[in-house]
Amino acid sequence: MVKASGKRKQRIKWSKLYTFSCLNPRTTDNDAPNQQLLGQPGFSRVVFCNQPELHKIKPQKYPSNYVSTTKYNFMTFLPRALFEQFRRVANLYFLLGAALSIPKLAPFSPASMITPLVFVVGISMLKEAIEDWSRFLQDMDVNSRKVKVHSRNGSFVEKTWKELSVGDVVKVNKNENFPSDLLLLSSSYEDGVCYVETMNLDGETNLKLKRSLEATLSLDDDVEYTKFQATIHCEDPNPNLYSFVGNLEFNNGTYPLSPTQILLRDSKLRNTEYVYGVVIFSGPDAKAVRNSTRSPSKRSRVERRLDYLIYVLFLLLVMISVVNSIGSALVLKSEAAMWWYLRLQENADSPLNPSKPVTSFFLQFVRSLILYGYLIPISLYVSIEVVKVLQAMLINKDMRMYDELSGKAVEARTSNINEELGQVEMILSDKTGTLTCNQMEFRKCSIEGISYGGEINEVDLAASRRMNVDVERYRISIDGSDSTGESIEMFEYSVAEADAKQAVLGCDHAIENSDIEHRRIPASGKEPNIKGFNFRDDRLMDKMWIHGSNVHDMIMFFRVMALCHTGIPVEDGNSKRLKYEAESPEEVTFLIAAQEFGFKFCQRTQSVMFLQELEPSSGIEVKREYKLLNLLEFNSARKRMSVIVSNEAGEIFLFCKGADNIIFDRLADNGRIYQQATTAHLSNYAEDGLRTMLFAYKKIEVVEYESWNTLFTKAKATVGTEREELLEHASEMIEKYLFLLGAVAVEDKLQKGVPECIDKLAQAGLKIWLLTGDKRETAMNIGFACSLLRHDMKQFHLVLSKEAESSHQLKAVEEDILSQIRNSYQEIVKGNKKDVPSALIVDGKAMEVALRSEISNQFLQLAVMCDSVICCRVSPKQKALIARLVKEYTGKTTLAIGDGANDVGMIQEADIGVGISGMEGMQAVMASDFSLPQFYFLERLLIVHGHWCYKRISKMILYFMYKNVAFGLTLFYNEIYSNFSGDDLYDDWYMVLFNVLLTSLPVIALGVLEQDVSADVCLQFPALYQQGQRNICFSWKRIFGWILNATLSSVAIFTVTIYIFSPAALRQDGKVADLAHIGTIMYTCVIWTVNCQIALIVTHFTWITHVLIWGSILCWYIFLVLYGMLPPEHSQGGFHILIEAIGTAPMYWIVTFLVVVVTLLPYFIFSIIQRSFYPMDDQVIQEIKYGRTDVSNKPMWLREQQNSRKRTQIGFSARVDAKIRHLKERLRRTKK
Amino acid sequence: MEGDGESVSSSASTALVAADVDARSILVLRGGRSKAMYQFTQQSLPACKPVLTPTSVISTLFLMGIFCIPIGLLSLHASLSVVEIVERYDSECVPHQFRLNKVAYIKDSLIPKNCSRYLKVPKYMKAPIYIYYQLDNYYQNHRRYVKSRSDKQLRYGLQYNDTSSCIPEESNDGLPIVPCGLISWSLFNDTYSFFRGTDELRINRKNIAWKSDRDHKFGKHVFPFNFQNGTLIGGAMLDPNVPLSDQEDLIVWMRTAALPSFRKLYGKIEEDLEANDVISIYFLNNYNTYSFGGRKKLVLSTASWLGGRNNFLGMAYIAIGSCLIVLALVFILLHVKNPRIIIT
Repeated sequence: MVKASGKRKQRIKWSKLYTFSCLNPRTTDNDAPNQQLLGQPGFSRVVFCNQPELHKIKPQKYPSNYVSTTKYNFMTFLPRALFEQFRRVANLYFLLGAALSIPKLAPFSPASMITPLVFVVGISMLKEAIEDWSRFLQDMDVNSRKVKVHSRNGSFVEKTWKELSVGDVVKVNKNENFPSDLLLLSSSYEDGVCYVETMNLDGETNLKLKRSLEATLSLDDDVEYTKFQATIHCEDPNPNLYSFVGNLEFNNGTYPLSPTQILLRDSKLRNTEYVYGVVIFSGPDAKAVRNSTRSPSKRSRVERRLDYLIYVLFLLLVMISVVNSIGSALVLKSEAAMWWYLRLQENADSPLNPSKPVTSFFLQFVRSLILYGYLIPISLYVSIEVVKVLQAMLINKDMRMYDELSGKAVEARTSNINEELGQVEMILSDKTGTLTCNQMEFRKCSIEGISYGGEINEVDLAASRRMNVDVERYRISIDGSDSTGESIEMFEYSVAEADAKQAVLGCDHAIENSDIEHRRIPASGKEPNIKGFNFRDDRLMDKMWIHGSNVHDMIMFFRVMALCHTGIPVEDGNSKRLKYEAESPEEVTFLIAAQEFGFKFCQRTQSVMFLQELEPSSGIEVKREYKLLNLLEFNSARKRMSVIVSNEAGEIFLFCKGADNIIFDRLADNGRIYQQATTAHLSNYAEDGLRTMLFAYKKIEVVEYESWNTLFTKAKATVGTEREELLEHASEMIEKYLFLLGAVAVEDKLQKGVPECIDKLAQAGLKIWLLTGDKRETAMNIGFACSLLRHDMKQFHLVLSKEAESSHQLKAVEEDILSQIRNSYQEIVKGNKKDVPSALIVDGKAMEVALRSEISNQFLQLAVMCDSVICCRVSPKQKALIARLVKEYTGKTTLAIGDGANDVGMIQEADIGVGISGMEGMQAVMASDFSLPQFYFLERLLIVHGHWCYKRISKMILYFMYKNVAFGLTLFYNEIYSNFSGDDLYDDWYMVLFNVLLTSLPVIALGVLEQDVSADVCLQFPALYQQGQRNICFSWKRIFGWILNATLSSVAIFTVTIYIFSPAALRQDGKVADLAHIGTIMYTCVIWTVNCQIALIVTHFTWITHVLIWGSILCWYIFLVLYGMLPPEHSQGGFHILIEAIGTAPMYWIVTFLVVVVTLLPYFIFSIIQRSFYPMDDQVIQEIKYGRTDVSNKPMWLREQQNSRKRTQIGFSARVDAKIRHLKERLRRTKK
Repeated sequence: MEGDGESVSSSASTALVAADVDARSILVLRGGRSKAMYQFTQQSLPACKPVLTPTSVISTLFLMGIFCIPIGLLSLHASLSVVEIVERYDSECVPHQFRLNKVAYIKDSLIPKNCSRYLKVPKYMKAPIYIYYQLDNYYQNHRRYVKSRSDKQLRYGLQYNDTSSCIPEESNDGLPIVPCGLISWSLFNDTYSFFRGTDELRINRKNIAWKSDRDHKFGKHVFPFNFQNGTLIGGAMLDPNVPLSDQEDLIVWMRTAALPSFRKLYGKIEEDLEANDVISIYFLNNYNTYSFGGRKKLVLSTASWLGGRNNFLGMAYIAIGSCLIVLALVFILLHVKNPRIIIT
């Protein structure tokens, strides 16, 4: 009990610390003018607190808290899903065909038209239903979460979320989500504040402070609610997250409400034991729910082009139908009367009535449309669906995209856009949780001008390795050629330079050396022992620093670390070490680091901070007390924070930490001893993407402090607008003449494999934009850490200037941004000639202006030119807007990746949305098309699976079109020979089986198993990915090429067969072939041709492929035999056809062979010529692999890999390259 | 002059990764079936990856060419060994006075349709010699014509009454016509008889239809009792006492041809014909091809293992074969002149 109350006290202090803030604006009275709106339309909601039963009847009946994200329900599923299905043009076309087949107009039986349509539509609807079902389950999961609700007499019972109704009083505990939009009544803190994490709403990780009304503060215990009654008048449900208008009538008083009192659904209670709240907006009315958009159904680029291809085929279809029907009409008109044996005048069959050629024309036209329907096969859609589902399954099952830590695998949540993965050109990435783990680590520090914590970064290491290899190579080539003279000298110089950069060059020695250095930095992959502390340096650790020369400054450094912060210690179970909680995660790492160095911050009271310090002279830990006199807060304008403390001896110190330029400006002349060395270290740290901060201190004389303090207190007491100015001025007065102690570097820890992944993606020609809600400095740090930014890059900052911002004139602001854009653009155009890499860093406010329609084009033009783009302080809405604009402006495939609810807009807007299924909420994953447990899986997902899927789908569609056109056209040629009467050459069953059994399975094998190159090669040659970006596998050139090929094939099949089989005897017994025989023979040729054609396309034959291709051909013969065995009234022309007639004719087999050779020859020759003289990258690699040259000539293989990389300015390798260039440049200069 | 020891680091690391994954995969594997499943899901099924290298291409082309030419020669030889005599008789058999109005001639049933022609056998013809009649510009493949039959009726006769597909030749006096439909109605009715000198050559008119047709498709108990009884007579009459399964002329005719120019088997001469034998043929020129400008021909032909005379097949094979060989040579030339260099 005692302990509990103690904890509570601590809590209070913790909360006070925040309220201590001297610069927080007051928000409560801002909304007063809005109060008059209440009762007006749009502001008419009334909530009776603690009387939920009143809201179950009219007129105040509000929806329950049940939230549904499903598209359909049991009633609406059928009509709506059907409507969705028949919105697709192709389906409508098939429906038309099926409808026309009923009145016997069609050449086929209605069943053969309707069954496949039902199948296709059914499958798609089933898919919809399953997807909707999983959404339903997800909803159920959310809706059945538990929350404590006041039932009566002060007792709280657990209820599911969906049972909540407006007016309910709920009690939410720490780390729980709010079930709906609540009005905060009171919290575990006495002053009614609570901390809320709004990560899911805006992606910001810092905690937000909410505060209850004073009037409701007393409602802080369960029993208080027995008699509690109040009425809220407020706005109607709306999606605006940052506004709320309303008032509370309670205890005969009326109190205005503001957003400060509103706890939004989808946010989380943090650092607060519990809160009481009353439900205002439930279920679908909640602001977060209103903000969510239904995920749009996405279609891939290939599929969109497929639509156009369908139009082309439809045009072809209409053309040949017109030819056919015109032919039919003409023939009827001119000659039909003479054909006495047809007796056309006695018209039973109206389409062929010679006296009505126009009617006949139209009827024949309709019939032809159906007959040649094979040009637009319904089975294409079935096959694509099947293939995509299988592809998605293979993506899901890939072991190399399985994260063992979280036990999650990659999940393709929709299978619609697999192939789009192979065409991505832009990646829009979130930062926190996506690139970084949202975890800070103390990495390095520079004290007294000496850097601790490892000296060499990975880039230097890699550069030195590479250069060593180069040196090795030069050395080998010394004998023989003269041209290497220069490089030998270079090598010598580089050895001489070894001191300039430790371990840059110098062969074995250097490698050894660098390895030792490397070992000093713990491998980034390894989990450090202490969370937030990834630092190892023998000189500082284990109290070793006490043996240093200038211990005094070191102690002061550690004191700054341990005292200048807003954190509080938290006991951590059994461990001797303390844990800390603080406003910013960096402060936590400082406190942890200070603890490790022997300065444990162990307690804080309102005005005293306790440290357990290591006494360097004795090596014993002493507990010391520091009186906290003032705390000058950190904010983005000041970029520094100070504390003024007095120690036990009464000495007053000011400890200050802050950004480098700020601190450097405020140093005393004698405080700059370490400035030069520290600056050098800082730039190194920054290059590595570490977040740096300087530490400084000064001693203040008591008199000086007293006089200043009166000034400061006065400023603090001031009410009104000058208050801020006065405070600022007062701080300015004391924070100067500082003494620089050193710097610390904190790493915003990257997710596993992020730099490597970005490197690979950059090499594959992808552009990566970083969109983050974080501030600019943080974003840039990460930019450096991920190698998106480089030291030698030209940086363009797009920031709203102060004047423009204050002028509040839209015009001026736009002018300002526009001129910035223009200037940057000019410079880039100039710089591009000199090959200067450039980066654009845009601030959220500037972004808002730049994305306005008038300027956005110029802005995007600039942004696209830059090698990397970083947008900071962007809102979720802006993210979505950027995604849309980039997609529209560049016309390139855009992928958005993020992990939080704030990325949902972007994820839905982009062509492909990827969600990181990390620790945070599921919103991003739910909205995404693919979910990854780790960012670095993106590399494999795009470069391997994307590449494969794209090529597979493209090849598959082209081939599918080929086989159907080749088949369909033979029907058309037959019409020419049969007087355009509309007869079909083949048996109905042959026609049906063509797409169902005899040619469909190899296509699926192609779409699932085909690999142009293996996964390893894909990763080794990221440039292969550009085939998808340039869309070379599904270009119009290719499409028309294949249509041409199909036409040639059909002509060859038809003419060869017809010429050979007419009219002489088929066999030795003098029997001739009739319609059924010729149809079957021709059909055999078609089956052989299309199946052999696919064998020519496939480059990767697994046994499955073999079985399916050759099995399909075999199937045809088996079918013929079985079909022939049916009673003649079923098999008709096919009766005994293979066994008795054509199978026994040698001619049949000989002709089949001939036709296959003739039809495939054009494609074969084309592909030989293309391969030999205009080979594509993948074909070259195939050849190298085939000849095993990659094993026999390794250097060539590696060089090919080097060459195949796209030249890029971002990524780790680019940085290494730049470093090497830089070093070489330096060597050359030294030489001169 | 390339260095050897330069590639160590990167390849070593990839090897490490691969080994790691393999090790993991072994953990997963338990049985043989799961191994195949694993390979499938990891897309690492063993596969052959043929590549069109110059050598393989050239040898493929060459081999195919080598393979095609002999087939072509054989086929051509077979085709050339066939002796074929084609005699067009439709215009010659119309008496001079009717030459300007052939349709009136053929439609007038009172005018006798007898006609005779002489043929000289150019080469020795070994029995069996097949007699065909050939019709040109006759659309047996017309949709209306093709559909105008009832297979069930042909097999079951009057037990099967639905003759709607046979319109307009479906019924007569309320009874379905057997066999119904336009095809049978327009049955070819020219007849031929052959004499060598004065000896009549025996024509075997049995076994000219497919066996399956005779045995299964045309009923043994179906008799054409009311065939050609209507107002409009199309072609030949049938003997109402012979079941359909024995009406081989009809069965042959009912096998509709795929092209507007077709031959149908009339009978077989089972005697050898010597070269320079003169054959006199007596026609009954009944069938009306004059309305639509069709032609009638009589064909006498022997058959080889490949069937009738058809030089196209052999020629095509030879052409393709030579084409392939020429292509192979061209590619050899190109390859020699411009050898494939992978390294650029």
